[in-house]
Amino acid sequence: MAPPLSRPLQAAPRPHRLRRGERSAVGLFVVPFFVLFTLATLVPVGYAVWMSLFEEESSGLGFGGTHRVFAGFGNYAHALTDSDFLRSFAHVAAYCAVYIPVMVGGALLIALLIDSAMARARRFFQIATFLPHAVPSVIASLIWLYLYTPGLSPITDLLGRLGAHVDFFGSGTVLLSVINISAWQWIGYNVIIFYAALQAIGRETLEAARIDGAHETRIAWSVKIPMIRPTVVLTLLFTGVGAIQLFDAPMLLQSRAITMGTSWTPTMFIYDAAFRGHDYGLAAAGALLLALVAGGLSFVVTKLGNRWKES
Amino acid sequence: MSAQLTAPQTPAAAPAAEPAGRRPRRGTFGLASKALVNGLLAISAVYTLAPLAWLLIASSKNRKDLFSTSPYSVGEFHLLRNLSDLFGYDDGIYLRWLGNTVLYTVGGAFLTTVISVACGYAFDKYVFKGKEKLFGLVLVGILVPSTVLSLPLYLLASRTGLVNTYWAVLIPSLVNPFGVYLARVFSAGYVPGEVLEAARMDGCGEVRTFARVSLPMLAPGFVTIFLFSFTAAWNNFYSSLMMLNDQNLYPVNLGLYAWSQNTHQQPELYSLVIVGSLVAVVPLIVAFLCLQRFWRSGLTSGAVK
Repeated sequence: MAPPLSRPLQAAPRPHRLRRGERSAVGLFVVPFFVLFTLATLVPVGYAVWMSLFEEESSGLGFGGTHRVFAGFGNYAHALTDSDFLRSFAHVAAYCAVYIPVMVGGALLIALLIDSAMARARRFFQIATFLPHAVPSVIASLIWLYLYTPGLSPITDLLGRLGAHVDFFGSGTVLLSVINISAWQWIGYNVIIFYAALQAIGRETLEAARIDGAHETRIAWSVKIPMIRPTVVLTLLFTGVGAIQLFDAPMLLQSRAITMGTSWTPTMFIYDAAFRGHDYGLAAAGALLLALVAGGLSFVVTKLGNRWKES
Repeated sequence: MSAQLTAPQTPAAAPAAEPAGRRPRRGTFGLASKALVNGLLAISAVYTLAPLAWLLIASSKNRKDLFSTSPYSVGEFHLLRNLSDLFGYDDGIYLRWLGNTVLYTVGGAFLTTVISVACGYAFDKYVFKGKEKLFGLVLVGILVPSTVLSLPLYLLASRTGLVNTYWAVLIPSLVNPFGVYLARVFSAGYVPGEVLEAARMDGCGEVRTFARVSLPMLAPGFVTIFLFSFTAAWNNFYSSLMMLNDQNLYPVNLGLYAWSQNTHQQPELYSLVIVGSLVAVVPLIVAFLCLQRFWRSGLTSGAVK
């Protein structure tokens, strides 16, 4: 087992000024990452900003191809008034409203159950909940796509025999179908994080609570959860930022659930604008707006989270 | 506010313990709650494992049985036939996809890990100008959503003629700011400064010290960062969908997606997608089971703070 890394960023005991030879070594260690970081993160962000300021305009009768003209914030205005774009955010908001409580509350519940003194076969349950995370998201989505398909699926088969006919691709149910795919793939990830945090709580603290006569649910609620607040906040942040980038599952379901359309989430909208509409300016503006929302969301979660941690 | 974040349990009550008399006796209470706890866990295990079981069973059926027999009953055993169909289809394109996937995921993740570990190690062990500012940039990099970068990366790649090449997928995947952060944490935890001093006294150069002394000490961290990069590469569907048009360059997940889009016209692809998924998932599950302790150490050091 790895040694506990309780104080992460404490540097080596005696950091010192660079000697000859060390300078070139530092360069060798640091430069590759930062060259790639510049090429594949900083430049693309800058390029996206640049692209978002231009519009494609077809010249003449449409025979001469297109040329780019400066549009200022035109693409942003276009995106923000595009009903598909706004609807895609509404879908993701509805998705988050169910997904995040399930992924944080549900995972916390499972972790507490595994951690409770009463659970048997902890190792098995940890592995069992985490196993779907080893499945790539496209394949996870394909498996569930087939599990939702009547004729192939044991689920529709079973429900059919019970007399219930559920259409997993219907406009009312497809949101839950998408949530289920992501939850299946990611819940174990959160469970492992919570479980690791719970394991780090000093056993003496829990023993003391038990001697005071608190029972397990009470200990879970009043001792364990408050002690892992920082982990809960961080998980909330990761889950939220991941959730608004939702793409793979709805993209796959979309081929069966025709009512979803091709821009059901913001990432799908961006893809659609770029590759079906060939409107790169609009797509770039959409991508930056999505980044802005992600940034705003992380800011709010961190702020509220810090307040909650200290309360 | 905490109430919204967790599943309903007993509400936080007054600090004093409840009077002992109100609690049921240990015996029956213990047994009932033990059954409840393990029952709930068993349900969650069924939820996570049943789809994988279905994949295994469905892979062993021929196409007729797939649609006609009960989904969880085993039909005529057809797995080997399905496998040979899978690898034979379209001149063995699936095998090529597997090879590409290994290149993108194993090769890519290995390079990513070397780059991240070297960088994080330097952040931990050396003092240099602008160090904390640069590290701040790395932390900002962690927060940039990867899907936001995909489109501009595609546009840049198409300008430089890199679209539809291995590089278009590989180069962006080499950047892993979270890996750099983890490497710094691991380096602080695993590599004592004294050891480096000793190596220097012995006249060992910095790069040699890193390769011969520090890297072996960082091995568990190396595996953890590798695993993170590996899953990130596996799940990198959005940008490979944008970057690649040429079937010959597809990773498995993109190939299976393309097949599944065509099941309407070619129903025989259903079986291939299912068996293809199984073949892709089995090595991942095996690798995961063998390497799971590294997952835990990574998640713990990365998140439990």
